[in-house]
Amino acid sequence: MDLLISLVINGLATGMLIFLLAAGLTLIFGLMDVLNFAHGGLFVWGAYTGVFTYAYTESFLIGIVVAILTGILFGFIMEKLIITPVYGNHVQQILITLGFMLVLQEMIKVAFGPNAIPVSVPTYLAGSWEIGEVIVIKYRVFIIIVGFIIFGIFHYILTRTKIGLIVRAGVMNKEMVQALGINIKRVFLFVFMTGASLAALGGMLMAPYSGSIYAEMGMEFAILGFIVVVIGGMGSFSGSLLAAILVGLAGSFMAYYVPFLSLAVNMILMAIVLIFRPQGLFSMIRREST
Amino acid sequence: MEPIIRTEHLSIQFGGHKAVDKVNFEMPEKHFKSIIGPNGAGKTTFFNLLSGELKATEGDVFYKGASISKLSSIERTRIGLGRSFQITNVFPNLTVLENVRLAVQSKEKVRFHFLKHYLHYKKITEKAVELLEQVLLSNKIHAIASQLSHGEKRKLEIAMLLALDTEVLLLDEPTAGMSLEEVPAILEVIKSIKEQGNKTILLIEHKMDMILDLSDSIMVLFNGKLLADGTPTDIMNNATVQNAYLGGLYDAELVETS
Repeated sequence: MDLLISLVINGLATGMLIFLLAAGLTLIFGLMDVLNFAHGGLFVWGAYTGVFTYAYTESFLIGIVVAILTGILFGFIMEKLIITPVYGNHVQQILITLGFMLVLQEMIKVAFGPNAIPVSVPTYLAGSWEIGEVIVIKYRVFIIIVGFIIFGIFHYILTRTKIGLIVRAGVMNKEMVQALGINIKRVFLFVFMTGASLAALGGMLMAPYSGSIYAEMGMEFAILGFIVVVIGGMGSFSGSLLAAILVGLAGSFMAYYVPFLSLAVNMILMAIVLIFRPQGLFSMIRREST
Repeated sequence: MEPIIRTEHLSIQFGGHKAVDKVNFEMPEKHFKSIIGPNGAGKTTFFNLLSGELKATEGDVFYKGASISKLSSIERTRIGLGRSFQITNVFPNLTVLENVRLAVQSKEKVRFHFLKHYLHYKKITEKAVELLEQVLLSNKIHAIASQLSHGEKRKLEIAMLLALDTEVLLLDEPTAGMSLEEVPAILEVIKSIKEQGNKTILLIEHKMDMILDLSDSIMVLFNGKLLADGTPTDIMNNATVQNAYLGGLYDAELVETS
């Protein structure tokens, strides 16, 4: 039983980190029809700027704020310079965002050096609780709580506000939203910057969890993010949470019980979903053929 | 009185084919005009030229005296020319109310008030509910749009068009693809819009009884040209129209129903 709880907590914590990355990806793809392969770069830049601020100020909280601000700033620059010229052209999007991903990754090495940097958990989140037989690591619980709070906030925005209504409608049919006279380009920029800031936050939260950060971690996590987007259904915010938790739990359980399958488990999950529900668990996209 | 909408030598050419050929037409405010003509006469193309989906190769469109030929369809909607869509174009996963609310709020600029619950925007919701009552959909307010019947979707489209609050409504075959039982309800909806008396309406339709019932005037398009424009009685008695169109239409209907 204690083992089961530990595995569940591990899985949930990893799932939440993937969710922060995938939530932005899925909205950017669903609303803007943009495949952003540079999303992992935002994740790693969030981690680095956040961790260096954390080390400098000795405040984890300020580190988180700086990571989010970095995400917003990078998101703004990326949307304006890189994404705007390639709207509607998937091949160009893949080429330019993959290229930009490499630039972001190498720029990390230029700015912060090529070696992995160790990161420690802030003292007030370090350690663990012992509940009977079960050892619960505090920082993991912290990640899970933050993940659910973020989900709650964005779920509220999407379902209960005017801007959220525009985003949901835009995911379904952006031509029609435009035909109604709504300036959807402004919404694109907002969604892109939001997605970028969530990725950056994910990177920052990831740092103390894995214990060290390195330039290539963005790419590794971005692949998980894409798998989650496919499983959850492109454009579905709730779907990405569910799929991220699924991927997190599957990884955690497989690593313990069937270690040799732990690398393949995400691919297997994705294959199963694609066979039985190719549109993903919660697809929002239903375009009329135009 | 200045006509609210007017065209001058309006033409569009696709290759060698003149789909709309030097059409001069005008209509006064708060007028109800129908466009008839056989398939391929250029009715929908003419609509697209008015609404801005297509750009004329020759001639101009005037709205309240000013040329709008250079404006995009979105800009034309903003100044007061709203058109319905021939394809069913509602947002499938939103509720009926959300669909209309989106159209109501589209008149405002996009603002980023993230945390304001939509109940704070009571006026928008009230307006949406009112419009849904007008199109006889108030019993389906919380239904998901994709679960509506075809006729109900067309009603929802009309509600969304009304929500844009444009002075001119361009209705492109609102009964297309509808079952016979659903037609009277749409007719009633359009009648109620007409009776409110604050809209200028241009309607493309094939159902002659409906046109005669609703229209202040009728214009006939044939091979892209304006064949006749007048009161329903004039048009029904016009020999050219009878030869060129009505005869042909009734033949065509006989073929369709047999």
